[in-house]
Amino acid sequence: MLIFEHTTQGRKNIAQAPVVNGEVNDIPAELRRTKSAPLPELSELQVVRHYTRLSQKNFSIDTHFYPLGSCTMKYNPRACNSLAMLPGFLSRHPLAPEKFSQGFMACMYELQEMLCEVTGMSGFSLTPMAGAQGEFAGVAMIRAYHDAKKDFDRKEILVPNAAHGTNPATATMCGYTVKEIPTLDNGDVDLDALKQAVGPQTAGLMLTNPSTLGVFERRIEEIAKTVHQAGGLLYYDGANLNAILGKIRPGDMGFDVIHSNLHKTFSTPHGGGGPGSGAIGVSERLKPFLPLPMVTKENEGYRWLTEKDCPQTIGRLSAFMGNAGVLLRAYIYMRMLGKDGMQRVAEFATLNANYMMAQLKNKGFDVAIPERRASHEFIVTLKKQAKELNVTAMDFAKRLLDLGYHAPTTYFPLLIPECLLIEPTETEARESLDGFIEAMLQIQSEAENDAEFVKGAPYTMPVKRLDEVRAAKQLDLSWVNQS
Amino acid sequence: MSEVRTDVRYTASHEWVRLEDDGTVTVGISDHAQGLLGDIVFVELPEVDAEFSAEDACCVVESVKAASDIYMPINGEIVDTNNALVDEPDIINSSPYDDGWIFRIKPVDEEDIEQLMDASTYEAEIADE
Amino acid sequence: MPFIPHTEDEICDMLSVIGADSIEQLFDEIPQHLRIKSLQGVPQGLNEMEVSRLMQSRAAEDGQPVCFMGAGSYDHHIPAAVWQITTRGEYYTAYTPYQAEASQGTLQLIYEFQSMMTALTAMDVSNASLYDGASALSEAVLMAVRGNRKSKSRRILVPTNVNPVYRSATKSIVHHQNIELVDVEFDTATGQTTLDALKAYEGEDFAAVVISQPTFFGTLEQVDALTDWAHANGAMLIAVVNPTSLSLLKPPGEWGEQGADIACGDGQPLGAPMSSGGPYYGFMCCKKAHVRQMPGRIVGRTVDQDEKEGFVLTLQAREQHIRRSKATSNICTNQGLVVTASTIYMSLLGPQGLEKVAIACHQNTNQLIEKLSAIKGVDVLFKGSVFHEVVLKLNKPVADVLNALAEKNILGGYDLSNDYPQLDNALLVCATEMRTDEEIDRYAQVLSEIL
Repeated sequence: MLIFEHTTQGRKNIAQAPVVNGEVNDIPAELRRTKSAPLPELSELQVVRHYTRLSQKNFSIDTHFYPLGSCTMKYNPRACNSLAMLPGFLSRHPLAPEKFSQGFMACMYELQEMLCEVTGMSGFSLTPMAGAQGEFAGVAMIRAYHDAKKDFDRKEILVPNAAHGTNPATATMCGYTVKEIPTLDNGDVDLDALKQAVGPQTAGLMLTNPSTLGVFERRIEEIAKTVHQAGGLLYYDGANLNAILGKIRPGDMGFDVIHSNLHKTFSTPHGGGGPGSGAIGVSERLKPFLPLPMVTKENEGYRWLTEKDCPQTIGRLSAFMGNAGVLLRAYIYMRMLGKDGMQRVAEFATLNANYMMAQLKNKGFDVAIPERRASHEFIVTLKKQAKELNVTAMDFAKRLLDLGYHAPTTYFPLLIPECLLIEPTETEARESLDGFIEAMLQIQSEAENDAEFVKGAPYTMPVKRLDEVRAAKQLDLSWVNQS
Repeated sequence: MSEVRTDVRYTASHEWVRLEDDGTVTVGISDHAQGLLGDIVFVELPEVDAEFSAEDACCVVESVKAASDIYMPINGEIVDTNNALVDEPDIINSSPYDDGWIFRIKPVDEEDIEQLMDASTYEAEIADE
Repeated sequence: MPFIPHTEDEICDMLSVIGADSIEQLFDEIPQHLRIKSLQGVPQGLNEMEVSRLMQSRAAEDGQPVCFMGAGSYDHHIPAAVWQITTRGEYYTAYTPYQAEASQGTLQLIYEFQSMMTALTAMDVSNASLYDGASALSEAVLMAVRGNRKSKSRRILVPTNVNPVYRSATKSIVHHQNIELVDVEFDTATGQTTLDALKAYEGEDFAAVVISQPTFFGTLEQVDALTDWAHANGAMLIAVVNPTSLSLLKPPGEWGEQGADIACGDGQPLGAPMSSGGPYYGFMCCKKAHVRQMPGRIVGRTVDQDEKEGFVLTLQAREQHIRRSKATSNICTNQGLVVTASTIYMSLLGPQGLEKVAIACHQNTNQLIEKLSAIKGVDVLFKGSVFHEVVLKLNKPVADVLNALAEKNILGGYDLSNDYPQLDNALLVCATEMRTDEEIDRYAQVLSEIL
């Protein structure tokens, strides 16, 4: 039932609203609302119960193993939440003078510095509010860099065909055309094709490393050299930074700009789809273009950098300084891990992924690139099952829900047919990994014996498979405009 | 197997094209294309009177899993669109060559149609996919 | 090892299954000479007790001044239940609801949110939210350029009384696509956008006109006439609105003859703490005819195989993961968690509660105006009524006055001199429902001493 359907007209929550005396009579009638908004009217208990019950219809990291490839669904420490929500942080107005902001600014400054260290970059701006906005900032800086050199003929961004969909979408937003570079069967970028593709029209290359195929790009130095020699810059999509944290740094690989998904690598919550953070780091030559605001340290105090300090900045991307509360959570997480803890992240994320890949391979599942090491994630392909049993990756995914596991990423990357992209993360204990493998084996055996049963899954969720065609054709997007 | 009509010509991007008696050209998408897209949920029709060059994207057909541009097969001007698709876009699924036509154009040069694929060439093309 | 559960025995077992001698060996595909040994610039880890001590002292350092500042972030009361429920793990630690069957909680909540936003704005449809108010305006501008079939223009009329940082962020985001924001100056007597100012552009082609209600100055626009002018000139109307004000002011769906085409703004006032500027969320509503041009996630109601009601992400074919370089936007996420808080906030307050918040803000601000403008050296800059912010003209440089107020633990408002150098010594102040009579009196008292 929708909250609107629990409504009783005239029911009020006295305790929640301010006391108001008198009428408003100084606003002209033609500017006033005439009918009150058709919002729900319930008691506090009814609201609490409704949203508590709704929450119970969700899978989450706190309740289920959630091996969603490319998303890094690791444990979100509770301390990060409660400390970021201390009253002093929550009640700080974003435009409060620096005098009332030194504590917060100290955290942001140190976060910028730590991010520089772990990525091998020279400067960081924390303002982008999601990975996609970080990407936008990064590509906009690449453009600003070429423009500043009066090099206006670079109109093309190169993107491997295995890339996240945001990469080409971002390039378009920045006014570039996109050229896709093929990927070899072993997961590496097709270097010959790249060499053919670069030229005076190349603004840059966007790359994820390890790639979305779950393998490390071994010829990264040659790729960097190829792009740089053509005058282009190298963009690092930080989606998979968890795999290499403390082991190798994008800056040392030759990248000029990186966005870091703090909600992945640095464990800020995904919140049902946000807020995230796409902090953006650059090498020395791109520093003048970083988006504002940033924090600098002067005479033992902290100060905001503005347009006066950074005349070549690509500007502001948000009203204030991005998702500050998310940044605080990432800061606290990094302080808790410390230098040693951070290196262990990549180690155990990789151990867990390779263990799962080995087990699944041993038990008869096909791995997309079996001859390679997994990074922090790997791909199982169910092409054989789809062909022989007519049971697809989607069917496996839905049946996994019944068995208490959130499905891995399905049908991404697009290059691998019937794929499951599996990322266990470092915070899962071996029992979870073994349980998931058992579940995969159970589904395999169900598929062999009764394919229709698997195709009908899930059976234990609040709903069965939903009619997406009807949802798109008979658009029902608001209760208010239905009734 | 999807149907390949022999009385129309085809583009590599799966539009079909039929020259009508009045000199206009009707355009739709092939049975093969509608099958790839799956259930079509929306069609964004081009503006009547708009002029396009061959291979320009001129409208969009959307299914649950994809949104696909429809490309102008030859140079010309849009003279009519199939407004029935606004409410029932899935006509394209049920009748891709007849009731599911998408738009009509006045070609700049009728002869351009001869450059497009005939049915047997198109059939060979899609067999490779 | 913080948050890593493996025992030594487990590590050995797992490595033997993999067929590796050590964890180090798992990194053997990475060129050895590029590897780093340690992260020198990162301090040693802190345990929970130590990090709590650190963060508590940092938070305390910032103090909690009495807030008379608005300018896009507002100090409202948030019922205790809002964030207690929002931070339940099932909301806090879920991902984007790709597996609909295992995400009905988040999906239904977003559908309810969309419904509430259409109720508040009187628009047809809402998306699941964008990043913040500034990014919502930039997406609205991109959407208008894509969606206005009557116009081929890439120019947008934007009055300078629209939040200046929204304007500058929008410019940073849209200028790569050759979209131009054309300034319309406000009337210096009223702070409003006048019809005369718009008429200077009559006959030119614009994709859209942006109107902010209330304006950045707190003043109120003649929204009906401005909206009708935009439509008569083939432009779409983008409304930038404060959601708190919508319980009191005419919703954008009812502006003029046809209503606004797109309504957007920042959702922070509906349940998000000021929190140094985020996370907030941007909301965006539009007319149904434009829904396929709308960026961001959208949830639809449908049925499952047994005809039971359920919710899914819909219209995904517009999005980057399918449409790649031709997507409506590169945005992937919404600000899900803040939207969760906001939905609970609106449910708890209900229509009457929200109206009371709006009225209390308005009345407190009127009271603040009365008390402050009685001080010698303080004048109200613009004539006409305001919602919950007002521009005051002081007889001294504003920065000095704000510093002196800060010494007395008062956050006195926003100095307009950087954004509007033409306005001499102008200060933007705000009093939400949180400000008490005593606080307002004290502000007046301290200010009169300073001046």
